[in-house]
Amino acid sequence: MDRRQFTGGLLAGAASLPLGAGRAAAQARGGTLNVIIQPEPPVLVTALNQQQPTLTLGGKIYESLLKYAPDLTPLPGMAQSWEIAPDGLTYTFRLFPGITFHDGTPMTAQDVVFSCMTLLMETHPRARNTFRRVAKAEAPDPLTVVFTLKEPFAPFLGSFDCTTAPIVPKHVYEGTDFRKNPLNDRAIGTGPFKLKEWVRGSHVHLVRHDGYYRKDEPHLDEIIYRVIPDAASRTLALENGTVQLAQWSDVEFYDIARLKARPNLAVTTTGYEYFAPLQWIEMNNRVAPMNDRRFRQAVMHALDREALAKRVYFGQAKVATGPVASRTKFYDANVRKYEYSLDKAKALLDEMGLKPGAGGKRVEIKFLVPPYGESYQRSAEFYRQSFARVGIDLVLEATDMAGWASRVGNWDYQMTMNLLYQLGDPALGVSRTYVTSNIVKGILFSNTQGYSNPEVDRLFDAAASAIDEKKRQELYTKVQQILVEDVPVAWTLEIEFPIIYDKAFKNVVTTAIGSHETFGAVTKS
Amino acid sequence: MRRAAGIGLAAGAWIVRLVAVVLVIATFNFALVRAAPGDPAQVMAGQSGGADAKLLADLRAEYGLDQPYAVQLARHLGRVMTLDLGTSTQQRRPVLDLIRERLPATLLLTVTAFALALLLGSTLGVMAGLAAGSAADTAFTVVSLVLYAMPVFWLGLMLVLVFSVWLDWLPPFGYGTINARLGPWRQALDLLTYLAMPAASLGAIYLAIYARLMRAAIIEVAQQDFVKTARAKGLTATQIVVGHMLRNALVPVVTVAGMQAGALVGGAVVVETVFAWPGLGRLTFDALLQRDYPVMLGVFLILSVIVILFNLATDLAYRLIDPRMRARSA
Repeated sequence: MDRRQFTGGLLAGAASLPLGAGRAAAQARGGTLNVIIQPEPPVLVTALNQQQPTLTLGGKIYESLLKYAPDLTPLPGMAQSWEIAPDGLTYTFRLFPGITFHDGTPMTAQDVVFSCMTLLMETHPRARNTFRRVAKAEAPDPLTVVFTLKEPFAPFLGSFDCTTAPIVPKHVYEGTDFRKNPLNDRAIGTGPFKLKEWVRGSHVHLVRHDGYYRKDEPHLDEIIYRVIPDAASRTLALENGTVQLAQWSDVEFYDIARLKARPNLAVTTTGYEYFAPLQWIEMNNRVAPMNDRRFRQAVMHALDREALAKRVYFGQAKVATGPVASRTKFYDANVRKYEYSLDKAKALLDEMGLKPGAGGKRVEIKFLVPPYGESYQRSAEFYRQSFARVGIDLVLEATDMAGWASRVGNWDYQMTMNLLYQLGDPALGVSRTYVTSNIVKGILFSNTQGYSNPEVDRLFDAAASAIDEKKRQELYTKVQQILVEDVPVAWTLEIEFPIIYDKAFKNVVTTAIGSHETFGAVTKS
Repeated sequence: MRRAAGIGLAAGAWIVRLVAVVLVIATFNFALVRAAPGDPAQVMAGQSGGADAKLLADLRAEYGLDQPYAVQLARHLGRVMTLDLGTSTQQRRPVLDLIRERLPATLLLTVTAFALALLLGSTLGVMAGLAAGSAADTAFTVVSLVLYAMPVFWLGLMLVLVFSVWLDWLPPFGYGTINARLGPWRQALDLLTYLAMPAASLGAIYLAIYARLMRAAIIEVAQQDFVKTARAKGLTATQIVVGHMLRNALVPVVTVAGMQAGALVGGAVVVETVFAWPGLGRLTFDALLQRDYPVMLGVFLILSVIVILFNLATDLAYRLIDPRMRARSA
């Protein structure tokens, strides 16, 4: 079958799908899914590399104990059930029987203990943040894993998605240099798809893992991830049917409307609940005038964030209200509102003594533009124009990825922008930006702006170890209110990345991690 | 015999110079790459959405980035001498393997584009030069100027629009049909359909350059006395052009073609990106973004060697085209 026949077949398939065929489709078997992957992942082992494309692709190969529903409720993954002791210290997971690695070896509780407590502790910073809280992990029998924590850590159960705690084969990695293990090239996991071929620079070919423990899955025969570096070519590939799925920032925001108009394509913004990407303007709190809270509040007032969402993100974003994204647990909208008001911004700057000089200019600030694509550059231009209206003169500085990471990590900047994942729970993805203990020079995505407030530290600590959900909500509401008053960073938007797929494919987005999910349940009608 | 010995001697001298130049280039590249601010460990951490001190320290230690520059340079040169280009910080695979995987695609693309540009450009140039001042010549001038001025990426996208989207004749991007079980001939044909647009995009600007150069050279050569003599001797037009004018007119074209070999590989970065062509250009571009020092240094080194070899080929080509060059070196 050549390219055109294949595409034609897809379209014909979509057109001929009768109404009410959903159930039949759900049980269909076979088919190839072509997906964009950009940039090409450096390795496929998610335990060793957590870049977004690695997780997207590796999510088909590696699994963890749990999955998460869009409302972040835990669902069975490789664990069919789990219990938490009333003291919140002991977590017991029971695994499904019959799980095998792609090399045919059975996966047991020993592999889980080894992965979480040895390998991930060495290689995966996000997992390390969770598993360093474990006093002991045991495998009393091949299908039972018991974690005992040093002290209660409420989001512990939220750390078992395939991106945070991928399970790797102990017999392959034990006693080896994990990063240099020659079998990394084979990417041996337990997921519904296994690696068949990786032609670097071109594509990664995954095929069905016949020994998969969920008997009806996977439905598809194969998934081909195609490396397409040029943004225009990626959009074109979706339009002409060469690929049938794109995710994250594969497609530029300005192209999304064009793709939405195509009858064979579905565009959804669900499937990002776990990550809930939140964007903000980062201001170095150590440097004047950004060390003054009134300046940071003025920045919030000076920005028409609704317009930013519409003009720069073409509606694929909503205005952020504070440090917790609305799709993340313990979000509270009941915080101070910063409406777009040039007068309020100017009044705050006046109060600080930042009076307008020649041409209305009050202060000059250097803005380090992150080199992560078109939308960042356009956002920076938008900020420059907005702030000029209140006398803040932004001078945009260009840099490359290495330069940006190094300067922000080492606090060598005045103002920049950043986008962080919330990771389902404020204790996992939010507190890291604001607590004093995470002001660590040289580390990106820490508290790089240098904000410090003992009360905030106390509240975050208390909320992380509280077991009662109501109590946690109370503490997080309080901390959100304080932070929104203090404006350590100027929250701009919750970015709603799309997942764009051919409607011939069903069950594409089923969980809170969307396109990172295993795709065992995806069918082609 | 003397001619062969002369060429052999010149090639030998070139190889000695090549080794020396390679070491100087390796040192220069090392200094250049390190002069830019930024740390590959930070890039890797940045793309992972989080890091801690342990991860950064581990990564720096693994790739020797925690060593003084002098130590790193000495290690690098030592490896270059043994043809070991190190291990990619991103892909954790030997750089030589990465280059070996990507080089064929780039060579196929650049050599095809180069050959197309040279053959077609020269032919068109000769035809335009012989018909200088005619309507066809004017049309040629306009087309060649447009091709020369057109950005490579834009031309690539336009070709895709026309030949893939509108006409549906050629695949929009890629390096052969994935997963197609074809015989060797069908496979070559399949690859050709993927090669056509990238090679045309990359070659277009050079085609225009060579054609313009050839046209000017033909017009100039046509005024020379030896052409008049040839005509007076009663040679046919074809005999004059092929046997006498072309050789002389080729000298400037070969000079420019040799000098632009490096630029051709540079242009390949853009074309490989637009057409998802898995070549060396893309590898370089990705390595630059990721600050993957070993890959950057390895690719720069190999590209330098390729450019030097192209220059050698140009030098040798002079000797074949122009007997005066042989006489001079003899």
